[in-house]
Amino acid sequence: LEQPGMGDGLRPGPRICEGDCAVLKRDDVFKAVPVLRRRKIIFEKQWFYLDNAIGHIYGTTFEVTSGGNLQPKQEVEETTTETKEAGTDNRNIVDDGKSQKLTHDDIKALKDKGIKGQEIVQQLIENSTTFRDKTEFAQDKYIKKKKKKYEAVITIVKPSTRILSTMYYAREPGKINHLRYDTLAQMLTLGNIRAGSKMIVMETCAGLVLGAVMERMGGYGSIIQMYPGGGPVRAATSCFGFPKSFFDNLHEFPLSKVDSLLSGTFSTETLPSEPEDDVLVEEEINGLTEEKQTSLHETEEESTTEAAMEINQTEEQETMDINADDAEFKENKEKENKENVREKQRKQWERRKKLIETAALLREKNADGLIVASKFHPTPLLLSLLEFVAPSRPFVVYCQYKEPLLECYTKLRERGGVINLKLSETWLRNYQVLPDRSHPKLTMSGGGGYLLSGITVVLDKGKADPTNLEALKMEEPSCKRCKYCLSSS
Amino acid sequence: MSFVEYGDTIKDGDTAIVFLGHESMFPVKVQHGTVTQTKYGVIRHSTDLIGKKYGSKVTCSKGGWVFILHPTPELWTMNLPHRTQILYSTDISIITMMLELKPGSIVCESGTGSGSLSHALIRTVAPTGHLYTVEFHQQRAEKAREEFREHGVEHLVTVTNQDVCKNGFGVSDIADAVFLDIPSPWEAIGHAKSALKAEGGRVCSFSPCIEQVQRTCLAMEEYGFTEINTLEILLRVYNVLWDT
Repeated sequence: LEQPGMGDGLRPGPRICEGDCAVLKRDDVFKAVPVLRRRKIIFEKQWFYLDNAIGHIYGTTFEVTSGGNLQPKQEVEETTTETKEAGTDNRNIVDDGKSQKLTHDDIKALKDKGIKGQEIVQQLIENSTTFRDKTEFAQDKYIKKKKKKYEAVITIVKPSTRILSTMYYAREPGKINHLRYDTLAQMLTLGNIRAGSKMIVMETCAGLVLGAVMERMGGYGSIIQMYPGGGPVRAATSCFGFPKSFFDNLHEFPLSKVDSLLSGTFSTETLPSEPEDDVLVEEEINGLTEEKQTSLHETEEESTTEAAMEINQTEEQETMDINADDAEFKENKEKENKENVREKQRKQWERRKKLIETAALLREKNADGLIVASKFHPTPLLLSLLEFVAPSRPFVVYCQYKEPLLECYTKLRERGGVINLKLSETWLRNYQVLPDRSHPKLTMSGGGGYLLSGITVVLDKGKADPTNLEALKMEEPSCKRCKYCLSSS
Repeated sequence: MSFVEYGDTIKDGDTAIVFLGHESMFPVKVQHGTVTQTKYGVIRHSTDLIGKKYGSKVTCSKGGWVFILHPTPELWTMNLPHRTQILYSTDISIITMMLELKPGSIVCESGTGSGSLSHALIRTVAPTGHLYTVEFHQQRAEKAREEFREHGVEHLVTVTNQDVCKNGFGVSDIADAVFLDIPSPWEAIGHAKSALKAEGGRVCSFSPCIEQVQRTCLAMEEYGFTEINTLEILLRVYNVLWDT
């Protein structure tokens, strides 16, 4: 299985624009950033500005030049070591720590002089006494390693589920409950996520799962996001750079209101988010200077956008940027304070209206699927949220651990109304494929989470009684039965 | 019903999935006046299926019962008539994500085979995308066309009966992604490149043997592809066995 991207743009493709959400890539390291002018970016121990990247095609590779400017990398012919000399084995290579004739200070001096990384690598090779005795493969490996260190090139790519889920799993696995990207891929397929559906999504994965679902739905259909606490977290969602229209049919509903909705006592008199409204408004002011310049969709969560897109961004950096636009910032703050009270009332009224609309959507109980990926125990979530799903529709639950899904499995069997329950896990292995040097790279297992999936069916009320054991046995006619245990097949 | 749109009730002409129990199911073409035999007895389409809700429990003539499910590409993959080896949903998932497919994507595929992946691709790129699939075996190509028509997705797919290694995908400068599942994918890499949009796109090739992978990787490099990555995904299913 191979997936290369092609970098050779012959015709104007999608170009990097100011205000875009872009992803920086160096080797296998990713970082999502907003494209802003005069904005210092720190990535992989290097700092630079994105100004020069604006207008270039996505997929372009840049070199960092002095003063932190980006310059598109020129295609250079591979620097072949003039003499194709190489050893056959390492029987005479001794590690005396003296093979490199350049000292640490020499190398530093070269770097300070602003010499191109490519030339530094060439010098290192020339000053290595053992290089010529190394095997051809070892020479290759040596060059690759040095290139990685001294020839810092950065590629700017367009965000996608593939890139963002890889990035989050590598950089911030805790924020997405260790949901590995191949597990997320399974969820999207098992959930039959596609344009035109009406989906229910309950996640505490920074909005990554929501974003993945939105990408697959392409702005067609509707999504109801169930959220715990004061509001949904969509930090990762904003990294996707979706067009504004994708948010038109994105609804949200508080988990705390689900029980009342199901029992028919639902009212909008007490909004769960009300106590937090002050906090949200304040955050918005703080984030305002930046947000004004971007064309991002306006939501309460927007203030978290920056933080999410620049994981590892230092506080110092944030302050610097705000100082740069100090005048504008003050002006905005004053204006904001004046309109604050009126704005707050308007917002609350709008929230309530939206909540009533979303409640109505849920009450139809005809959702086309349910996706759960949260830090909470899945059982109570499933037992209540499945009520909103139409029969013959898929559902998928993610959990970092297997045990809660085992319990969930049993409870769902007791409840009835679900078939084809499957508890699964995927393992992923990458390969190095090179002439005469092919081998598996690393196996990831156990750390990517587990999935419980199934299909809803019309719930047979009479047989759903958990004490009716005969009915339980009949729910899936040919299922094997034995001790309450777990085995892998 | 269609594979790209949910319907609530079962209609004449639909393809439905009869679910008999754990891992036991089969597809059925719903037709007035037709009967289907199951181990629980007969299902009469006119009375037992048409007009019923998808997801309903249907009682068969011997008193046993089955569930009737709405078709999805995943259920189809588990139940389709095999004309070739097929790709299963675990691989399909990672292929779809790594090729960055979404509504509106233009995809090229070869070979069509039994159409397992094709249905999943069509589902993902609908309603504005398109699948160009190439199958050199005439009978298989025709059978695939027939299935796409029956499943209400023919407007989203073009089946071409030709040799992809010799004649390519029949389109150029149009695709966002290309997928290859053929014995000698390295012979089709050049055609994959010309099928892709000039500004770039993504390619994925599926091979059972490492020697095939090696030749494909070399061909890709030769044609200027970058970020070549080889991976394998393995599904582990856990049986939750329970006693009452």
